[in-house]
Amino acid sequence: MSLREAGAITGVGETKYMRGTDRTPISLAMEASLNAIADAGLKPTDIDGIIPYGMGAVAEDYVTNFGIADLRFSATTPMGGASPVASIQCAMAVIQAGICKHVLLALGRTGYSGSRIGNRVQQMPQFKTIGEFEMPSGAIAPPQLYAVMARRHFEMYGTTSRQLAEIAVTTRQHAIMNPRATMQRPMTIEDHQASRMISDPFRLLDCSMESDGAAAVIVSAPDIAKDLRKKPVIVMGIAEGHPDSPSAISQRPDMTTLGLAKAAPRAFEMAGVKHADIDVAEVYDCFTYIVMCQLEDMGFCKKGEGGGFVENGALGINGRLPVNTHGGLLSEAHMAGMNHIVELTRQLRGEAAVQVKDAEIGLVTGYGDLGDGSIAIMRRAA
Amino acid sequence: MSEVYDKLVPDPAADTKPFWDALHEGKFRLQRCADCKKVRHYPRPVCDACFSMNAEWVEASGRGMVHSWTITHHAFHPGFKVDLPFMLLTVDLEEGVRMQAQARGIAEGDLKVGLKVKVGFERVKADLTLAVFEPG
Repeated sequence: MSLREAGAITGVGETKYMRGTDRTPISLAMEASLNAIADAGLKPTDIDGIIPYGMGAVAEDYVTNFGIADLRFSATTPMGGASPVASIQCAMAVIQAGICKHVLLALGRTGYSGSRIGNRVQQMPQFKTIGEFEMPSGAIAPPQLYAVMARRHFEMYGTTSRQLAEIAVTTRQHAIMNPRATMQRPMTIEDHQASRMISDPFRLLDCSMESDGAAAVIVSAPDIAKDLRKKPVIVMGIAEGHPDSPSAISQRPDMTTLGLAKAAPRAFEMAGVKHADIDVAEVYDCFTYIVMCQLEDMGFCKKGEGGGFVENGALGINGRLPVNTHGGLLSEAHMAGMNHIVELTRQLRGEAAVQVKDAEIGLVTGYGDLGDGSIAIMRRAA
Repeated sequence: MSEVYDKLVPDPAADTKPFWDALHEGKFRLQRCADCKKVRHYPRPVCDACFSMNAEWVEASGRGMVHSWTITHHAFHPGFKVDLPFMLLTVDLEEGVRMQAQARGIAEGDLKVGLKVKVGFERVKADLTLAVFEPG
């Protein structure tokens, strides 16, 4: 038994992405969810399963606000930025089991106006180990924790900061063509190189932004999905993967390999597609380096060759593999990757702001919590 | 040693306290499986090689080689602002585990994978000593 094509994305929605709001994460999450439900042509009471992001609104908030009489399933997938895509796997499993018909995945956050990520990380139980053994040395925030992986990659494979800049610049080019994106100012490689150092080798423009807003996705049973308002986007392959030494990057045998390296072969096998079949990829981009590393871990190039792979606009809308066509976490908004699922769905419906021509098959990844990974491969409906 | 220490501090539990107690005595100890003798770090209840829950603490050399690093220029916590920029090393210890700590007395230009370092001890407040890495 496999989850191949056991679920379809039937609705997507978001709020306006902001940097500065007095609204609560719950209010934002409700708005995005209502937009996703309307996009699917459903009523809020049709939702019978909820997988909220691990922070902000909980399942009870949705039940109360939507008047859901009999919620049949709720769970969280505690994998940080890998959670939204991993939640698709969870949703498909409960759909295939016959528990649910329409599962809502939603995230609302005030990453800009609320407490900053650098402060939150210390309070999270999955960071207990590094909280005791690494944070007292001053290694507290993701840019520092992940910079060590990038430095190792630089030293082992000759990867350069200018290669990472290519990712930031290409992503910004997409954002400028997407009215939903926060970052609209053009960026050059020189701008990236001149941006201030945060934690070597990461400069400011290697880092994603903090955002306020929400995004939501509906996963539905495929037999019902075909009769809804929009053409469904079918999930062909789905997987999550956890890296070696998941709670401390320092102890990971190969710190240049992420959990996605375990998940990606499973997802490709389930989907029955090859890399050359992928028309568009929305790749979790908390940092430029993480995009490059995931392209290697998925097998688009060999380990160590990611720097060369991303050069010369290869990830651009007209490049060999269009990546983060919405502007990603780097330039659209930091919605922990829920916005990447929203974007892939729009690409495969043919309704994206920056549309890859004739996109038929695409993938979306998640990454978080020091190395957890997730991947979904999707196709447009026939 | 400053009067007010406003950086993050460890909150040791039964499984990890011997590590911190040893550092505070100027000794560098690692946890080892009492049955199959595999050294593990960071300290935890179960040996992942033989699943034994019997552990012991052994004196370690403190010698190692740089595996990777970052130099932090931005204060993510107000307590560390005075240290900026600071160098964080991830080090392969001779005992086969890694450790992460701030560097002391190492120039940025000398950093490379394989650079030899050794553990040093910094008493940062009355009840806390942190490990650092010094030229080895």
